[in-house]
Amino acid sequence: MKELVVISGKGGTGKTSLVAAFAALAGKVVLCDADVDAADLHLVTHPRVVETHDFVSGHEASIDLERCTRCGLCRQWCRFGAIDEAFRVEPLLCEGCGVCAHMCPERAVDFFEKTCGVWHVSETPYGPMVHARLGIAEENSGKLVALVRREARRLAESRRIDLLLTDGPPGVGCPVIASIGNADAVLAVAEPTVSGRHDMERVLALAAHFRVPAAVCVNKSDLHPDEAHRIAEEARKQGAAFLGFIPFDPVVTRSQVDGRSLVDYGETPVVRAIQEIWEGLRALVVGNAEGVLKPSEGKPKAWETAQA
Amino acid sequence: MILAIASGKGGTGKTTVACNLAAALERPVVLADCDVEEPNAHLFLKPHWDVTIPVTVDVPVIDAEKCTLCGACQDLCQFKAIAVLPETVLTFQELCHSCGGCALVCPAEAISWGSRQIGERRTGRRGPIHFVDGTLRIGEAMAPPLIRAVRQAAADIPDCAVVLVDAPPGTSCPVVASLWGADYVLLVTEPTPFGLNDLALAVAAVRKMGIPCGLVVNRCDIGDDRIHAFARRENLPILLEIPFERKVAEQYAQGHLLVDVFPEWKAMMRGLYDAVVRELERGTSGASLEGRASTLETREVSA
Repeated sequence: MKELVVISGKGGTGKTSLVAAFAALAGKVVLCDADVDAADLHLVTHPRVVETHDFVSGHEASIDLERCTRCGLCRQWCRFGAIDEAFRVEPLLCEGCGVCAHMCPERAVDFFEKTCGVWHVSETPYGPMVHARLGIAEENSGKLVALVRREARRLAESRRIDLLLTDGPPGVGCPVIASIGNADAVLAVAEPTVSGRHDMERVLALAAHFRVPAAVCVNKSDLHPDEAHRIAEEARKQGAAFLGFIPFDPVVTRSQVDGRSLVDYGETPVVRAIQEIWEGLRALVVGNAEGVLKPSEGKPKAWETAQA
Repeated sequence: MILAIASGKGGTGKTTVACNLAAALERPVVLADCDVEEPNAHLFLKPHWDVTIPVTVDVPVIDAEKCTLCGACQDLCQFKAIAVLPETVLTFQELCHSCGGCALVCPAEAISWGSRQIGERRTGRRGPIHFVDGTLRIGEAMAPPLIRAVRQAAADIPDCAVVLVDAPPGTSCPVVASLWGADYVLLVTEPTPFGLNDLALAVAAVRKMGIPCGLVVNRCDIGDDRIHAFARRENLPILLEIPFERKVAEQYAQGHLLVDVFPEWKAMMRGLYDAVVRELERGTSGASLEGRASTLETREVSA
């Protein structure tokens, strides 16, 4: 079983639309939505939810004001400023470290496990899908990402499906790190803008840091062809396989509004470009026996130079 | 006034609005780029840099001579950042939240504090704009302490009545760290199913924080009208709608500030600022500035 994770660094470059199109082209896959704090893949894959589970992770403190003597030790030791003058815990600031509970001489701090989201196993026309929803303004997104990926892997193995397609989150922080660890390859979807190139470079540096082989494509490439070519060049320079350009076409938005896969709209230039990229990915990820796609060698590119 | 620019979905135009708003005001403002995972505002603002300083977090350092391997630190640590083995203690610094609990419980006083760099913070100027941003070190998971450092640096700049905060996408802890203490949040969205789904999540997050918010609908002519129906239902003011224009997208792609290229953008951004000020004066939009209590019962919206 191989896992391909689609990431981008910059948000809104078209990760989810591409994942949905790849799913339609692939035939049988397991899908995983690892963008747990703004999950969108379910909007275009029509999942029928068959299992729902609570995501219980971490703790939160709550002070019993009946028992509290206002001695102030908890406020003194809380490094997150989460306890106000009235000895109420602000849940949005509490990191669940338990220092207040430990320090309280009256044992007035209730330190309880938190439910910070739900996760689902669903059936889609393309195969099973594991997706989740992190609670609003919650923490532990990295742990939820790790959980959905683990469940998706298990599903792929038990159903003998040889490809896991994961829709990753934007950025390079905690949830992205949790999304790409031990993946067989990442595809970074860039857009031809100065910010798109900057963010692609950082996300490739991240893939190199964790020694995950990377490939790159540029979406909406004709909005700024020069920048698109610079991205292709830079990607190759950073040791990534460059797989192609996807032109800008309003049909991508239309397919999202209609809730249908892009491939339903016939042989448009966009679909042809995506098909080509998909073939390239297949060759790299599935047929990796020849070792076409190698993990980046050498020292990870330093973040200072990656942003120059 | 602290005005944050946020969105659930990435790539809707947060940075475009933040940078052009800052430039259009033509008076002393602070622009704080809190998207420390992918900081982009500097690419458009092109500030002259003043200082760059490393941002660190506290991590425990264990004195093996003093340590009795009692295990109290491991028992307290909720983040699995300390493992007490039969003959030694291991710390996993990247998991540490710097809560200080381990040093507090250690009976042998064997734990002192070291520091670990998570990124860097830069400050710079462009005309009357004071600029601050943070860059998370590649491979570093913990963005919120760096975001708080950027917010703090923004707050420390004197004589600026307006602080604009460019927030990261999403709805989890980096967004909370970016929006904390803001007076108003502009949610930039686009009229697509993904835009709407993520907007609903962002509105719920902002309401949970008790901050009033209004919408900027970018590329307002590309999708459908469900965003408008949502805004009506949720009583959210739409303060600006920006149509998709290829020439605008092309200028953005090259890193130009739109207010420098298109005079109408300057008027549009000033109009947006005035609209925010009016909203704040009216105190509508579902949350009062003084208290958070009135908004705590706000129901969670879902698309």
